[in-house]
Amino acid sequence: MIEIKNISKSFNDKQVLFNISGKFIKGRTNLIIGASGTGKSVLLKCMVGLLSPDTGKVLFDGRNFTSGNKQLLTEIRRDLGMLFQASALFDSKNVEENIKFPLDVLSNLTENNKIEKVNHCLKLVGLENINKKMPSEISGGMKKRVGIARAIVNDSKYLFCDEPNSGLDPLTAIKIDNLILEITKKLNTTTIIVTHDMNSVIEIGEYIMFLHNGKKLWEGDNKSILKSKIKELNKFVFSNKLMKKIK
Amino acid sequence: MKNLGRYILFIISLFQRRERVKTYFPLIINECVKIGYDSIFIVCIVSIFMGAVTTIQTAYNLVGPLIPDYIISVVVRDMTLLELSPTIIAIVFAGKVGSNIAGELGTMRITEQIDALEVMGINSSSYLVLPKIIASILMFPILVIISAFLAISGGYFAGSLTEVITGEEYIYGLRYEFNPFNIPFALIKAYVFAFIVSSISAFQGYYTSGGALEVGKSSTNAVTNSCIVILIADYLLAQMLL
Repeated sequence: MIEIKNISKSFNDKQVLFNISGKFIKGRTNLIIGASGTGKSVLLKCMVGLLSPDTGKVLFDGRNFTSGNKQLLTEIRRDLGMLFQASALFDSKNVEENIKFPLDVLSNLTENNKIEKVNHCLKLVGLENINKKMPSEISGGMKKRVGIARAIVNDSKYLFCDEPNSGLDPLTAIKIDNLILEITKKLNTTTIIVTHDMNSVIEIGEYIMFLHNGKKLWEGDNKSILKSKIKELNKFVFSNKLMKKIK
Repeated sequence: MKNLGRYILFIISLFQRRERVKTYFPLIINECVKIGYDSIFIVCIVSIFMGAVTTIQTAYNLVGPLIPDYIISVVVRDMTLLELSPTIIAIVFAGKVGSNIAGELGTMRITEQIDALEVMGINSSSYLVLPKIIASILMFPILVIISAFLAISGGYFAGSLTEVITGEEYIYGLRYEFNPFNIPFALIKAYVFAFIVSSISAFQGYYTSGGALEVGKSSTNAVTNSCIVILIADYLLAQMLL
């Protein structure tokens, strides 16, 4: 479980996050949603340690990530896997090398065991026989799958996804959402997804935190979100004609 | 001053939370090929012409009835070893390797590849930058030695072809009152310049923010700043060591 307590963050004079707290349960897809510029990605970056919050704590199964010693930080970091918005695959490495990379640097496995693990992860994300392809030779959807495979190859306990289906067609986007859900259940990871895609919210939103102007306005699941009385949330949820019709 | 402080902290960060030594070994070899081997062609071309031009221009400016011809090769030798090979090649190195380092790291930054390393618990600056600096320090002195040899050879051929100096006189001039300290001096400069180019370029690329435009700016800044610092260091080293 990941718990955040009173996270605040500002850049120069502009405060981006205001005292955000929440609990993200293991084995569940936890979504952080909100319009662009509301601080979702900043919150995610604070949680994975790419930014330090001004105040507050991030606890990974009770271990304090924000003020822990270096040894503890390294330990926690090695339990993290992250899928980036643009996949962030290393251009100079092929698919196999990209997925194998965390194992090369962080584990003591033999080369055969590493390849075995890579192939297992590729199978898990529905990609096989593309080991030697370069990132530039595969589609956006495949890059996301490779990104997921790289995030889980080190037996990560915590999976973070920053807008996993941005830039994908709706069908591929849903496939990626369901893949993340499937992996969360299979590997029992604590999964946190930052998104503003309502399809994802409805499809896999087992826990949803809604941010507006850097503040947490609502939390619930994909069933209760449609019945919410909060004006800002309704405006976000029912922003397109299809959702308005459903309403 | 703020940037100088950030640069010093950046250099310190290269040695913190390092990975295992065996992780760096293939990276250093790879960088040696990219930084050293791939620069040989441009270094050869620049050096041969640099030596040839120095010979012809020295002959044009210096030679009179009272000055012996072998003085041309004395000038070529000393200019090559003391200044041209370490400094001019360092500026060429900044243009080729420095811009490449800044562009590569800048692109990795804006496409979140550096963030990906950090999330994995890897010290990205140490992992990405340290091998580049070590490879530069290993390879640049070799490039300077190659450059000095080719510049002096270029001078020999240019002098012989244009008949401003005979081959025998050229060789005699190369040996005439040779100060052996010039060679370690050139190598000291090479080590210092290699560190300057690789670390400043890496610093510029590593802290790129924004998009493609900023990557271009980082590459330009890497070359400009490296050249300025090379010239300042060149003056200081000459002042201190000669």
